[in-house]
Amino acid sequence: MTTAPVGAPKRRHTSPGSADRSADRRRRPMTASRRANRAGLAFVSPTFVVVLVVVILPILWTVLLAFQHARLVDIQGMGLVGNWSLDNFTQVFDSAGFWSSLATTLLYTAGATLGSVLLGLVAALALRKPFRGRGLLRAAMLLPYVAPVVAVAFVWEVALSPQYGVVNDWGHRLFGWDNPIAFLSTREYQVNLLGAHFDIPLALLTVIAFECWRYFPFAFLFILARLQAVPAGLEEAAMVDGATLTQRFRHILLPQLMPVIALLCVLRFIMTFNKFDDVYLLTGGGAGTNVAAVRVYDFLTARYDVGAAAAQALVLAVSLMILLGFYFKFFGNKVQEES
Amino acid sequence: MTRKATLTRAQFEDRLFGVLRWFVIAFLAVITVAPFYYMVLLSVKPIDALLLDPGSLWVSAKDFTLSTYRDVLKSTDDGGQGFVKFLLNSALVSLGTVILTLLAAVPGAYAVSRLKFFGHRQVSALFLAVYLFPATLLAVPLFVIFAKLGLSSSLVGLAIVYVAQTVPVAIYMLKNYLVTIPASIEEAAAIDGAGRLQTVRKVILPLALPSLMATGLYVFMIAWNEFLFALLFLAADPEKWTVSLGLAQLSNGVEVPKTILMAGSVVLTIPVVLLFFAAERMLTEGLTSGADKS
Repeated sequence: MTTAPVGAPKRRHTSPGSADRSADRRRRPMTASRRANRAGLAFVSPTFVVVLVVVILPILWTVLLAFQHARLVDIQGMGLVGNWSLDNFTQVFDSAGFWSSLATTLLYTAGATLGSVLLGLVAALALRKPFRGRGLLRAAMLLPYVAPVVAVAFVWEVALSPQYGVVNDWGHRLFGWDNPIAFLSTREYQVNLLGAHFDIPLALLTVIAFECWRYFPFAFLFILARLQAVPAGLEEAAMVDGATLTQRFRHILLPQLMPVIALLCVLRFIMTFNKFDDVYLLTGGGAGTNVAAVRVYDFLTARYDVGAAAAQALVLAVSLMILLGFYFKFFGNKVQEES
Repeated sequence: MTRKATLTRAQFEDRLFGVLRWFVIAFLAVITVAPFYYMVLLSVKPIDALLLDPGSLWVSAKDFTLSTYRDVLKSTDDGGQGFVKFLLNSALVSLGTVILTLLAAVPGAYAVSRLKFFGHRQVSALFLAVYLFPATLLAVPLFVIFAKLGLSSSLVGLAIVYVAQTVPVAIYMLKNYLVTIPASIEEAAAIDGAGRLQTVRKVILPLALPSLMATGLYVFMIAWNEFLFALLFLAADPEKWTVSLGLAQLSNGVEVPKTILMAGSVVLTIPVVLLFFAAERMLTEGLTSGADKS
């Protein structure tokens, strides 16, 4: 590594600094590492200050606020440390919707994560081999991901509307739906299948579908990139040995893709768990889609109860950490391999 | 005998998935393109045409109109929805965010990728960890601080919040690119007598230009599309609304016809989509570099 030829754009996987430093050390044996140390700290400090001021300090303050009585009106004259109490947490845990909201959040997160990664995987496999128009489709498929959430949520809202939506109109024409279905405001929709009645949480499912639709391109991008790096020889060898398509996928491709799939699941889980705008824009948190992030927003803006909002956000963050802790304890190796 | 059986199974699977593949491709094409087609379609129709026949998948020549766009762009004084003002606000906030984020992220990314300093591992982990914190956790204190500083309903305040949201991912993307630049180039500059700062400015930054562009674009997209913080900080002051916020606020009401708001959606979507397609390859590579290592 230290003698990398000039102009060889070699990708270094492990700590690039070390090569740098040992090269330096040869030239200036005494001070090189100290110089690198000092320069490093100097370079990183502006970034660090920005992150400290706009991210870390606010988060710490959230923790403080969560233990205080704080409403927006009296926050002006309040010091950093006021009267401590656990009232906010008792309020959060006792309030009617908390546990159901947490359950909804989990369902929503799990459904959206699995759905988007699965759809991304299927898309990556389908677009793996070249065909006419592949580049165009590949670009078009990223549209849901790059388009502004407000615009696409509005399109979904209009398209699914019971009064003037295209979906209900065609549902009536093609499947003979008697009554228009209010996809975004129906908590429980009764389905009759083979004489049995099911109640399905329609609004929640619709929101999950939206989330899958919006984020499968993200999974698709990562999986496709990894798929194209799988050495062709592996599959050819398996083919010579008589492995069928599904066998090749199961035993050759999937093991190769597993690390990136695991990483995507973790990333999407974290992002979706904290997701606010998608649900807020589609349903406003009504009809059984009251996910925790929307609740925090309600506490903050409808009641101006800063303390309770902070406590709620903190509980949310801690539950996410616990879930991730479990994940890394049991399945950690795969993700670590990747990152 | 068994050999023949496997062969037929292989052939069967090849054919089955060969056909299925085309179904999947068609399905993907429909679900990704149809909503955007629908968006554009409704934006060039008068509202009566939509209410009369909600299922229609095209627009007839006599219905076709661009007055929706005129309505949505015109300022509120002229009886429009004032989207030009919103566009301007969005552009200011997004560009400000890009500049501030790059200024904050470049030195950090360089340090993390090149210099072995005390605690460099912890710092890069810290930057990533920040990305994992929920926006709602930040929303509460920032809302309070900004109310205290009188920065709520100010575009500057919003840009600062966006910087907080985008710095970690910007560092991540830049770092991934910087580690591919050979250290020997820097060493050569050092031998020629360039100091560290000079090396960064004259050697590294020009080499990293593609990555800077990609990162800047990605940050622009995040800032342009952002909704939660715009809602928290600017909702009270329609003069300051970004396009996203303006569209969301207006679509809650019933006064503005849906087709006019559809025109607003198109106006909101077009800048990001254009930028994205202009730089698609650069962007996707910038995002996924590192995902393809074995």
